[in-house]
Amino acid sequence: MATTTPLPDTLDVELAGIDALDVPIAPAPSKARRMWSAAWPKLLATGIFLFIWQAVVWLGLKPSWALPGPVTVFKQLVNDLKSGVLPKATATTMQRAVVGYAIALVVGSVIGIAVARSKVLRAAVGSLITGLQTMPTIAWFPLTILLFGLTETAILFVVVLGAAPAIANGVIAGVDHIPPLQLRAGRVLGARGLSMYRHVVIPASLPGYVAGLKQGWAFAWRSLMAGELLVIIAKKPSLGVRLDFARQNNDAPALLAAMVVILVIGIIVDSVFFGRLERTIRQRWGLVDGA
Amino acid sequence: MKAVDIAGVSKVYGPAGAHTFALDRISFDVDKGEFVCLVGASGCGKTTLLNLIAGLDKPGAGEIDVEGKPALLFQDAGLFPWLTAEKNVELALRLRKVSKKERAKRVADLLHTVRLDGFGDRRPHELSGGMRQRVALARALAQETQVLLMDEPFGALDAITRDLLHDEIERVWTETGVTILFVTHNVREAVRLGDRVLVLSSRPGRVVDEFRVDIARPRRLESPEVAAVAARVTERLRKEVRRHGHDDAAA
Repeated sequence: MATTTPLPDTLDVELAGIDALDVPIAPAPSKARRMWSAAWPKLLATGIFLFIWQAVVWLGLKPSWALPGPVTVFKQLVNDLKSGVLPKATATTMQRAVVGYAIALVVGSVIGIAVARSKVLRAAVGSLITGLQTMPTIAWFPLTILLFGLTETAILFVVVLGAAPAIANGVIAGVDHIPPLQLRAGRVLGARGLSMYRHVVIPASLPGYVAGLKQGWAFAWRSLMAGELLVIIAKKPSLGVRLDFARQNNDAPALLAAMVVILVIGIIVDSVFFGRLERTIRQRWGLVDGA
Repeated sequence: MKAVDIAGVSKVYGPAGAHTFALDRISFDVDKGEFVCLVGASGCGKTTLLNLIAGLDKPGAGEIDVEGKPALLFQDAGLFPWLTAEKNVELALRLRKVSKKERAKRVADLLHTVRLDGFGDRRPHELSGGMRQRVALARALAQETQVLLMDEPFGALDAITRDLLHDEIERVWTETGVTILFVTHNVREAVRLGDRVLVLSSRPGRVVDEFRVDIARPRRLESPEVAAVAARVTERLRKEVRRHGHDDAAA
């Protein structure tokens, strides 16, 4: 009986055909268009917010020395930036943020890996880490000041306490959410011990880890602001000191100008730096639905 | 010399006393270069059996002899999503300590074997299910294994892709002379591919019957010869399923 037998080259053509049909076609919008579609909602929201702010000022619910309008604050902001007061304060604050976050990164990662690996450690301190993460850092200050006085160390200590648990939890969640199939695949390929960590466990846990890093940053930034308000060190201008100083002088425009800087830095680091990192990883790992 | 030799292997799950046998004194062997398919209803311990042969788990009793270190293909390819197709294949070579220079050449060869030239820089989520399975196949071949274990590798694919991959796996099998142990729910698929089809019983898993398939290759899934053998295998499987119906009624 003559069954139609596929010749090898027929199979090649058929495979190429089904591949061409199956490969997902990603619609690639132009870069300008993509940027515009990401930017306009933000611009619109900012516009609406500024308008509401101005409207409240116009209503005169609060005296203008307590609540100035956006134009006054913007002028003050430009002034403080030009005079070098804000850049100097920002430099001190950012330096503390970077150092504190770097320490938290190391401490949090090491604790996270240790807890993720060991069942005993997890039983012992797993819930403690989450507890620490939910504890408001402000509650640590009285003890911290007793321990370290009004010093840089006190501020850094609280920043690390704020950020490290979030980072550790990120590592743990990342490791816990590795699909078992990937671990099995690694073992079948002959990955053991260290090579298993290097080639499978670490890359597989990266999405959770980056989420933890991002959350850790938010906690670090908050703790730092609280720290700078409570632990005021002489001759060290910082954003927190700016806030406190402006309040004492009833200088609302300067106060709001400093707040704008704090907000903008928070947004930039969170969305531009961590947001981009997270998006890249989610895309590479195939965790993004559609485009 | 047998490529796979399973003798009296048992595997128990659950606590002592309330345990169930996933596998109960199962015995069979696979010749070098043979293509053997295992079919069985749910609960026949197919995945347990492959894990044991792959060395991912240890049997409770019995002997397992395998030629070399087997490779295992999963139903969901099991590729690493953070690596491109190329790097997925390369990792298998890297873990075998193949030199970097050698690796680049081998990866290109392997991707050509599964006809995925030009797709090396794609990540798994940028490939179709059938292409992912072929990358997984290339990765398994990179292990230079003598024995290829396949756990329902085409179960999640559409009919046309599966049909093409049957031809493809047959071609790779012929070209490389590798031994294949292929587990499936699909009786026709088993008859289309296997030199022999083994029927497993369920709870506990045991080999209850064996069908030799003497149809000339290449075969077609829809050919009457395949259908005729498949009908006999299916009847045997249904008899096995009926046995459980009676057991339950009696219990």
